[in-house]
Parts: sequence; structure tokens; C-alpha cells
Amino acid sequence: MSELAIEREIDRSKMQVSDEIAIDINGMNKWYGSFHVLRDINLTVNQGERIVIAGPSGSGKSTLIRCLNALEEHQQGSIVVDGIELSNDLKNIDKIRSEVGMVFQHFNLFPHLTILENCTLAPIWVRKTPKKEAEERAMHFLEKVKIPEQADKYPGQLSGGQQQRVAIARSLCMMPRIMLFDEPTSALDPEMIKEVLDTMIELAEEGMTMLCVTHEMGFARQVANRVIFMDAGQIVEQNEPEEFFNNPKSERTKLFLSQILGH
Amino acid sequence: MADQTNNPIAFVADGNIPESPPPARETGVVKWLRENLFSGVANTILTVLSLILIYLLLKNTLPWIFNGVWNANSLAECREILAGKTGACFAVLAERWPQLIYGFKYPVDAYWRPNLAFILMLVAFAPVLFFDLPRKLLLFTAVYPFIAFWLIWGGSILVPLVALIGCVVAGGVFQKFGKNSFAAGFFGAIVVALVIWNIGGALIPESASENAWLSPVPSRDLGGFMLNMMLGVTCVSLSVPLGIALALGRQSNMPLIKWVCVIFIEFIRGVPLITLLFVASVMLAYFFPPDSTVDLFLRVVIMITMFSAAYIAEVIRGGLAALPRGQYEAADSLGLDYPQAMRLIILPQALKISIPGIVNVAVGLFKDTVLVSVISMFDLLGMIRGPILASTEWNGVYWELLGFASLLFFVVCYGISQYSQWLERRLATDHH
Repeated sequence: MSELAIEREIDRSKMQVSDEIAIDINGMNKWYGSFHVLRDINLTVNQGERIVIAGPSGSGKSTLIRCLNALEEHQQGSIVVDGIELSNDLKNIDKIRSEVGMVFQHFNLFPHLTILENCTLAPIWVRKTPKKEAEERAMHFLEKVKIPEQADKYPGQLSGGQQQRVAIARSLCMMPRIMLFDEPTSALDPEMIKEVLDTMIELAEEGMTMLCVTHEMGFARQVANRVIFMDAGQIVEQNEPEEFFNNPKSERTKLFLSQILGH
Repeated sequence: MADQTNNPIAFVADGNIPESPPPARETGVVKWLRENLFSGVANTILTVLSLILIYLLLKNTLPWIFNGVWNANSLAECREILAGKTGACFAVLAERWPQLIYGFKYPVDAYWRPNLAFILMLVAFAPVLFFDLPRKLLLFTAVYPFIAFWLIWGGSILVPLVALIGCVVAGGVFQKFGKNSFAAGFFGAIVVALVIWNIGGALIPESASENAWLSPVPSRDLGGFMLNMMLGVTCVSLSVPLGIALALGRQSNMPLIKWVCVIFIEFIRGVPLITLLFVASVMLAYFFPPDSTVDLFLRVVIMITMFSAAYIAEVIRGGLAALPRGQYEAADSLGLDYPQAMRLIILPQALKISIPGIVNVAVGLFKDTVLVSVISMFDLLGMIRGPILASTEWNGVYWELLGFASLLFFVVCYGISQYSQWLERRLATDHH
């Protein structure tokens, strides 16, 4: 995909990786029926890391991050998110989900609620935040993603880029410690991709732990501190972005990079 | 554009052109007529034919309506007054009005009770139907069924009071225990309600009804359009929540719940309503304890409610299926639990999609309440077919009576349909 030029200098002062472990995946396997989608995944993510997961379609990258908040169930191995082991216990799953924000390819805003209501719903019902406080926080994050003036509109009245920024604000309103992005720009027009990426960069600059499945290699190069390449359900290669793009080790990675950066 | 080279291109307007009216054939009535009625030979012929048809219809019905006799004591008297002219005998409506509306056994001096119940019903429905009204009015809506029961059936006020207390306590139990485990709260609430109803029922003295302020009226004395309204309102109000529960149950991951719902829905949908009503009137007694006398009205309500709930469940299932999976995932990813996700995200959208279907079922259900006349309940149609047409005075007055019945049903059903269209426009959030 296109190498998106990010014009401004990225402020790395707060992008510190701590020693605290945010996500720890150990020997994780997943099957759809008899199809082995994720094979022996081992991955440790520290608090404050920005990780980009790349790979051809069908390689299992979306499935991987969807396992992290139990939208998909894994059958083998262990996933520990923020110190809580993901098991079948519903209490644990809801706890993890409220700590982990997720942004989807198709935004998945709630069309019957206004932008403000989209942002306050979960804090009010899950976190039991008082309504007024939830609304103030929602406005704060809507300002951050630069659309406070749309607060009383419905999602159907916004452009794709605006909707995706609302979706990011909606997740942030839950004050998550980790953010998952599942191809957040794949359903957007080219000119809207930039506004969403800018929002994501700002988030990274504030030290948010982020796992992004994306094809935006410009974003990966400038923001990520680790790029993971997946193919056929396994992690094929992972490295710092500079090394990953300039000096890929595996043949499969080289082929992938030549295809997406070739033109 | 070859001649442009010969003509000068430069042009300057030498003044404002004054506004002028459009030609007559392009405005108002003429334009509308030309475009809509006479836009071609075929359309002109159709227009003329339709006008002839309308003329013929009105020529025969208008005199019938306007010559109608409103004051007479029998069909024979009507005919004397008309003396061979065409004319309706509306006198039957005037003379039998109380019977058509309340049935023939409801005590005359108690007509104000169903009337009051009807007016209060409008108040109780207002906050449900128009959600811009203050939410506190819903409290009255919650109490209304008990008031209405007391007004219409009369008897001791202790009966609806015990029922109300049972419901309130059960609601409290559900609030307290339902938070941790839905099943514990749900079944706990049912058990508590049954206990209170049984103890309360045993405590109410047998004689309480006899000298009550409102004289008791047994269910078999209810009738007329009042009975249709009562059945329609009760069954619609009960079958929407039951339908939602069945639709959600059918989607459940728990196989037992899922299969109970599937079997219930498929069985009820496969059986004609008339059959169910006969079961209600004749056979349902076998399913209750031998001594219990479960009221015929209640048995009919149970059957019609089950019948329409099965249909509503399928309509709502369609609405649920139309929602993208992403909505469930977004709700899950924000940490909402199942009841929250359903109540706040899934059902509001699924129900909005299902409005036309639910209204369709509701209108059908309301009209189907006339089927109770088949099991000898004297609803509007039962009254017309039985006591009124069988009487010596009014034997043979079909058009007026059935036309009146149609009009009553039409007014209510058209109202429901208009409301649903307003609701759909009100809930539309995609284009503003």
C-alpha cells in the first residue's frame, strides 16, 4: 500500500517502553473447525509498546488481536492481558474488555445513538461513571480527535474518517490501558486515512500501548517500535521497523515487502 | 457552432428581465390534471372509466346512507318510514348501542367503569408510545393493569392489591438477585410472586367481594367491542415482551432454552388460532388442577398471547438477523455484559427494524379477537350474530351492523398503522 508521508516530526519524549508486561501470549493455538488459524503464537508486549502486525490476508493477524479481548476463543495456550488470564470465566472476560479498547475496520458505531451517547454508554453502564462526568470526558476525547462539534449528530451523518475517529474516542472514554486496532484505515477513502492515522500517532505520542493490524507501512516505520510479520497463522518475523523494512530476514517477508512497497 | 465565428461572442444584458407568471397550462390545477389524469390516450380512458365507476358506487350508496333511519324500534318500522325508498336502517345501532359496545349482560349502571378504564388506558399508553413525555408517567402505566382490572371486573380491591404487591416484591427480588445471576433473580421472583399471591389469596375473605364498593362482574358478562378492545390490548401488551424473550431464547447458546423456544414457536405457528381457542374453551381446564376455575377470559388471553408471541418472535428474529455482527462485537469489546448489550445496543436496533412486522402482527391479532365469537363469547361480532340478528326486531339488518363493526375495527387499525409510520420516521437516524 501507499507509503503515507507523515509530515510532522513525531514527539518521542513520552513514547517510553516500560518493563511492565501488558500482554503475554504463550504457546497459543486456535482452530476454526479443523482449520489451524493460529499456530504456536508466543508474544510478549510491554506497557507502552507500539506494535504493528502485518501480513497477507488470511494470515491470522486480525484473529490474533481479536483473541486478546476474547472476541475469538483460543483453544490452546495462555493469554494474560494486564495481569488477568483470559479463561472462560465471563467475569474475567468483561474485566479485560473494559481495560482493552478496540477499533474495528468498519467502525461499528451504534447508529441509533448520537456521537456523544456512543462515547458515554460504556462508561456509564460498565464503569458506573456519573452521567455528567462521562459526558465531560467524552467531550474531552472528542476534542482530542477534533470533532467536538459533531457530538449531537448520529453516526450515519458523519464521513468514514470522522466515524473512525469517533470510534477511537469511544474506546478512549473507557480509559483503556491497551488499544487494539483492526485494520482501522482499510475501509476509508485515501484522504480520510491521514486524519485517522494522525489521531493514532497522537495516541502513540502519549505512551498508549497499541497493537495495530494495518497495511500503512509509513505508520509502521515511524511510530511502531516493533513490526510483526505473520503468514499462514504463525509469526514469521519480528524486528524493529528500520531493520524489518531495510533488512528482512525471511524469504516470505521479502516477497511481501516487495509486493506492497514495490510501486 | 460554426456560426459563432460570424456572430459576436460578447454580450451584455441591457436591464433586468421582469418576473412574469408561468403559462396557465404549467401551473396549478391544470398542470396537475394534465400530468396525473390525462397524460395520454390510455390514461384518459382509465380516468373516465374510474370516474364512471365512482359515480355508480356513490349513486347507490349515498342515498342509502343519507336516507338512513335513526329512530325506529324494529326493521319493520324502518321499512314503514322509508316507504319503499332506498335507505339504511341505522336505528339498530342507536337502539342496540350499549349491547354493541358492552355486551348484553354488563350491568347498565356500571358502564362508567369500562369508560373510565378506557380513558385511563389512553393516559397509560401515552408515555409508552410517545417517549418525549416525562418518564415518571410510566409509573402510572405500571399500575394501570391493576386499576383497569379492578374497574372492569369490580369486586374487592384486595384482589388487585395483592396482585400488585406480588409483582412489586417479585420485581424487587429480581433487582436484588438478578444482578449476580439472571436465573436466580428470574426464578426467585416467580417463586416469591406465587407465594405472595397464594398467601394473599387465602387471606382475602370469601365475602369480601359481595359488599365491595364496585359490584363484581363475572367474565362471562363481558362483551361487545369492549371485549375486543380488552383482548386486543392485553394480548398485544403481553405478546411483545414474550415475543422478544422467545426471539432471544431462539438465539441462545444454551441448547435447552434454544430448543424449548424453537419447538414452542414452530408448534404454535403450525396450529390455527381457532383450534387454540377451542383448546382454551374446552380442553385447557384439563391442564389446571381439578378444583381451580381458571377464568375463560384468562384462558383465551393465554392462547391468543402465545399465538401472536410466536409470530412476533419470528419478526424480531428477522430484525436481529439483519444487524451486522459488528454491533455485537462493538458492544462486547466495550465490556457490556449480555443483558446490557441486548437492552442498550441490540434490541433498540432490532426492534426498530421489526416495527412494520410487529405492527402487522398486532393489527392482525386485534382483528382476530372476533374469532372468540366462535367459542360463544359475545364480542362485537358475537353480539351481532347472536342476540341482535336473532332478535325478532332486527332479523335481517346485515349491512348496517357489519359495516359498523368494520368501521370500528378500521378506525383502531388505521390508528395503529399511522402511529407505526410516525414512529419509524421519529426513529430514523440515518438522514437528517
